[in-house]
Amino acid sequence: MAGVLRHRFFWPVATLLILLASNLFFSPDFFAVDVRQGHLYGSLIDIVRFGAPLILVSLGMTLVIATGGIDLSVGSVVAICGALACLQISGLSDQNSVVGVLLAVGLALGLALLLGAWNGLLVAQAGIQPIIATLILMVAGRGLAQLITDGQIITINSSPYKLIGGGYWLTVPFSILVALVVFGFALLLTRRTALGLLIESVGGNAEASRLAGIHAKRIIFTSYVFCGLCAGIAGLMISSNVSSADGNNAGLWIELDAILAVVIGGTSLAGGRFSLGGTVLGALIIQTLTTTIYTIGIPPETTLLFKALVVTVVCLLQSPAFRAKVFRRRRRPPPAQPDRQQQPKVEVPA
Amino acid sequence: MSAVPGTVATGRPRALQPQQKYLPLFATGVLLVLMYGAGVLRYDGFSDTQVVLNVFVDNAFLLVVAVGMTFVILTGGIDLSVGAVVALTTMLSASLLQEQGWSPYLVLPLVLLIGALLGLGMGCIIHYFEIQPFIVTLAGMFLARGLCYTINTSSIPINDPLWTSIAQQRIRFGGFFISVSVLIALAVVAIGIYVLGYTRLGRNTYAIGGNPQSALLMGLPVARTRIAVYTISGFCSALGGVLLSFYMLSGNSLHAVGMELDAIAAVVIGGTLLTGGSGYLIGTVLGVIVLGLIQTIITFQGDLSSWWTKIVIGVLLFAFIVLQRTVARRQP
Repeated sequence: MAGVLRHRFFWPVATLLILLASNLFFSPDFFAVDVRQGHLYGSLIDIVRFGAPLILVSLGMTLVIATGGIDLSVGSVVAICGALACLQISGLSDQNSVVGVLLAVGLALGLALLLGAWNGLLVAQAGIQPIIATLILMVAGRGLAQLITDGQIITINSSPYKLIGGGYWLTVPFSILVALVVFGFALLLTRRTALGLLIESVGGNAEASRLAGIHAKRIIFTSYVFCGLCAGIAGLMISSNVSSADGNNAGLWIELDAILAVVIGGTSLAGGRFSLGGTVLGALIIQTLTTTIYTIGIPPETTLLFKALVVTVVCLLQSPAFRAKVFRRRRRPPPAQPDRQQQPKVEVPA
Repeated sequence: MSAVPGTVATGRPRALQPQQKYLPLFATGVLLVLMYGAGVLRYDGFSDTQVVLNVFVDNAFLLVVAVGMTFVILTGGIDLSVGAVVALTTMLSASLLQEQGWSPYLVLPLVLLIGALLGLGMGCIIHYFEIQPFIVTLAGMFLARGLCYTINTSSIPINDPLWTSIAQQRIRFGGFFISVSVLIALAVVAIGIYVLGYTRLGRNTYAIGGNPQSALLMGLPVARTRIAVYTISGFCSALGGVLLSFYMLSGNSLHAVGMELDAIAAVVIGGTLLTGGSGYLIGTVLGVIVLGLIQTIITFQGDLSSWWTKIVIGVLLFAFIVLQRTVARRQP
């Protein structure tokens, strides 16, 4: 039992289960999942479906945070990519043409890579603090998105594009599959190759890693490019789900939700340690929190209050200073430091 | 991240130091003159002094918020909650005045106190629990915006006599006018310059931004100073919110969305180093004027849309950050 309690996913999973279960009081058929017209339906499916963009953005954010950085521009990248894809498709003579849609998607993702590379260059090459370097694109990006859409909301009517965010494939929502593929890809690259170790090494100490022969700059650069790409895919999903691009509101504040998801998932904001699985759990918790607030009937405006509460509590629990001051006597194992539990702990005299 | 060399203020004293220290400030000044000159040459009526005064009238609240932000950034921190606190202040004032019928003489100190208390709370969490300022003030931002929405989701107009009379008061001199808000903002700037330049709190602020460890070893009151700057920032945000409610005569939970970024941009364009320890409040004033002039030029141009403001601010932010890097890098 103690082993289960100490598992790094114990608290995130417990939070998620409690949140999910609390919905039962308000809608008894919350856990019902049925197949209608060959599509899966149900509240659980909806949580994952609407959570898919957040999962993607959070995955990219995890790697960036693991290198000791942060990417504030993801919300703007979401808006820009959605805008570009929708602009392209709205210009097609046949909006249902698969080739045209693929071209638009490719163009948008290409731009996402470029934007990620821009952030990566500023952080890795120019050596600007990540929070500031990405602030530039965060401020200017909204303007760019509006420039692309000309300040309007572009509406499109394209069934191949609709598939990305709102469609189904093999009875499962397509967006879930995309998120799964990206998650699997990232997991494979970081945990089956040395890449994850290198990222953690750079996040722990970039200078020391460089001296040890790791191309620290290249790894930092790549993580921003990956983050940009993830945000771009999320942007396609969000705009596809509503069949329109809104330069002003698409992806607004998603960077904050993503950072929150990463932190809940047990990745330290200081860098040097990350957990992709934890991040997915974190993103699901946030989405479930939002959905729960809707089902319970609390005004949705208060979602922000709950998030504020969650951020504060999670950060306090992660803070060594807080744990030292509050849990001094109990010596509770830190939930965010799973890898270090095996080692004998240095005891601080209380 | 890669090792960031010491900030300008902490480097070895050298003959070139003064020029380098003032370089970003100087660049902002040149930029301002160029922008104004271009405006005067290009647009009729741009040279009217009232145009410049209007920049102050339209941005008095941003100026006050940016003063608080300068204090925080000088210590090497950041405050993302300012926009939300501004919105919360407008919302609280409007709700208490209009819906609860409170006296404005009670509401005014109360909202200022709430802003300061929010800042105080965030400062305490940042200092005592050693959590990054970025994430704490982010939570503060969620909290303040969430509180706005719980008060009311729609806009509340303010028609309290005191509020409207202050809002409509015009201080005229020689055919020109400014609003009361401008006077308040200038007073805040003056107090800020005095505190930063001539008091112990100001010196401690610079010291902590330069090197927190050294400041601690020197026996400076790091805890008190760090908590004080977030309290100042919270207070300035609340005061900025009051000025915004004079300007808009309404409370709205959507007021000042993204204002934290404008404030940070103003501080950075004004030459304050984001790593802390170096910068001047007068630079922040210049930064706010630059942002205001961008808006004015775009208005005068007429065929440019407002989103160009964001792009231009982004470009300027980029230019000044690169400038900061080159200045900082020249230090040994």
